Amino acid sequence: MIQVNQLSKKYNGTTVLNIEHLEIPKGQSLGLVGNNGAGKTTFFSLLLDLIQPSTGSIINNSILVNASEDWKPFTAAFIDESFLIGYLTPEEYFYFIGDLRGQNKADIDALLEKYEEFFNGEILKNKKYLRDLSKGNQKKVGIIATLIGNPEVVILDEPFANLDPTTVNRLKKVIKELAENKDITILVSSHDLQHTVEVCDRIVALNKGEIVKDIQTSGETLQELEMFFAV
Amino acid sequence: MFKHFINLELKAFFRSASVGKSIGLKILMGFLVVYFLLVFLVLGIALYPILEKVFPGQKPLTIVNSYVIFWLAIELIFRFFMQSLPVMNIKPLLVLPIKKESVIHFVLLKSLISIYNIFPLLVIIPFGVFNIIKGNDGTLNMIIWMFGMYILALIVNYANFLIKKKFAENIKAFLPFVVLGMVFFGLDYFGVFKITTLSGVVLDTLVLQPILVLVPILILAGFYILNFKYLKSNFYLDSSLQSKVEEAKTSDLSWTKRFGDIAPFLQLDLKMIWRNKRPKTVIWISLIFLAYGLMIYTNPTYKETPAFSVLVGILMTGVFMINYGQFVPSWDSNYYGMMMSQNIPMKQYLASKAGLMSVSVVILAILSTPYLYFGWNVLAINLACATYNLGVNIPVLLFAGSFNKKRIDLEKSPFMNYQGTGATQWIVGLPLMLIPTLIFYGIYKLINVEVAIIAIATIGVIGLVVRNYLLNTIAAGYTKRKYATINGFKQQEN
Repeated sequence: MIQVNQLSKKYNGTTVLNIEHLEIPKGQSLGLVGNNGAGKTTFFSLLLDLIQPSTGSIINNSILVNASEDWKPFTAAFIDESFLIGYLTPEEYFYFIGDLRGQNKADIDALLEKYEEFFNGEILKNKKYLRDLSKGNQKKVGIIATLIGNPEVVILDEPFANLDPTTVNRLKKVIKELAENKDITILVSSHDLQHTVEVCDRIVALNKGEIVKDIQTSGETLQELEMFFAV
Repeated sequence: MFKHFINLELKAFFRSASVGKSIGLKILMGFLVVYFLLVFLVLGIALYPILEKVFPGQKPLTIVNSYVIFWLAIELIFRFFMQSLPVMNIKPLLVLPIKKESVIHFVLLKSLISIYNIFPLLVIIPFGVFNIIKGNDGTLNMIIWMFGMYILALIVNYANFLIKKKFAENIKAFLPFVVLGMVFFGLDYFGVFKITTLSGVVLDTLVLQPILVLVPILILAGFYILNFKYLKSNFYLDSSLQSKVEEAKTSDLSWTKRFGDIAPFLQLDLKMIWRNKRPKTVIWISLIFLAYGLMIYTNPTYKETPAFSVLVGILMTGVFMINYGQFVPSWDSNYYGMMMSQNIPMKQYLASKAGLMSVSVVILAILSTPYLYFGWNVLAINLACATYNLGVNIPVLLFAGSFNKKRIDLEKSPFMNYQGTGATQWIVGLPLMLIPTLIFYGIYKLINVEVAIIAIATIGVIGLVVRNYLLNTIAAGYTKRKYATINGFKQQEN
């Protein structure tokens, strides 16, 4: 589904990301782990064509992402709160994204109903603008918005951060369900090794922009990663 | 402490993404400043001889004293629209061991370092010196008079500061001042109560009794304290004021569906304007500017220069377009990254912005039809200008927008948030107004008014015909500069 070739990003001569080759097959759920500055968000920004690569390219479903915009209809992402529109209510935001992805109001309502438990009654019908929600609740809106319009590639940057423990568990359930669907490729980044190992089939660890580990999840994966990141 | 603040200010200016644009504008501003400095200096030097000639037998100082009140009122209006207030990003400072007082004093004192505080000096000093040379009043008395006059100018500075802050929160707060000003003007005009006489008497007394200069000093101190108190009570972030959470009002905007593909963006823009203070003020300003024609058309001197009406016409029908259009796409800067990763064709996005501005031009043009009262020419020029705005100025603004890299924080509290409420926003609008005016003037001089009006309208129609092509070209520019724009919008600025 996604092929990365000779991809690098340099800022004033400092290389912040350098990936020789990475291939993510369709239907895989990939966890990206690494310390601060490892290049996780840089990689996602490149994948979404928000920044330009210094060398190399990313191919998303046989579309070169920095040359064509045709990857947009089947790719959905939530990077941070700047992906939300603060002066809309959550419902209006969902409908807006739905409009962009060719979904009608009924489709959206059906989707929202499915995730009512995840919202925990704090999101819908609260007569609040997104800017007035707490960081955690904003995140819930952003995550569910990526599921609108049956995307084939879902990108979530640090989805577990800022969420309360109950919601983290619910989110893990949501991601696992998605991962079961073999048409959906999921990319999740996190600092939390345990959460990532729990929801992903494959873990890629980045350090200073380089891939240092690439393992299929198994019983020993968590231990292996903890050893690697141990001080 | 102030040393640190000044240091921060310099860094913020030179390290911002829009530094190139800012410097370019600053150079242009520099020329304008030199021009106005000269104008005021000439006025200051020539004032005494002119008054002596026009009003023989009267003391020029007395005449000046009686009209000072109007001077101050005009200065206040001028400053209100032109002077940008000092801003400061307070969030990082809130939790640091810095006294709130010193931040506020810094901001208030910084407002003194403004060119608008030098202009009055250029009139007051030469005029005062003239009086001293002529020896009408004592030298010391005149020096005190000059000092007192300058204190009055500083009072206007702080009065403007206060009004602007209140205005940013609530447009209605500005109304009492307008009404008060009109009442005084009316009373004076009909001779019921001569405010000019009062102003004259008060200031003449100041010349005779220099000790009275303490009164304006006290008023100045009062305004300073008022400002200080106001800022101090607002020295918080929105998020810490839980009571500020407003209840979301959703309105049915499904009628926009008839605009087809651009409907989602149109809805978004309408909500953006209605739910955020910054863009909402743009609407109010547009309505206020509709009255601009009243000031111009009633003045007989402009009757002979129809080219000037073009300037007025462009401004009246395009004031929303100018104020909104020059910040495209910065209005969406908070979530521009999301927009760029969504399934949005750039052209549709721009077409929606163009649509919104077009609707505003049409509405303002319709609202300005009562100016028919001043003659068919006025109406025809206004409509021609509206067409020109639709055809030419909207694409020009959108094109210029592709170079916008400056973030606008919609959600920021009105506290010290005045991006784009200074003279610069009008300067950006100048070419939009001057080019059609010059075209009109040329044809009017060569042929006649009717042909000139038709020419302006025709240029507009041509622009409308090729709009589709123009939008495609402009959209390509937006796509090309996308990365720079996203990067610029990420920078939090003051």
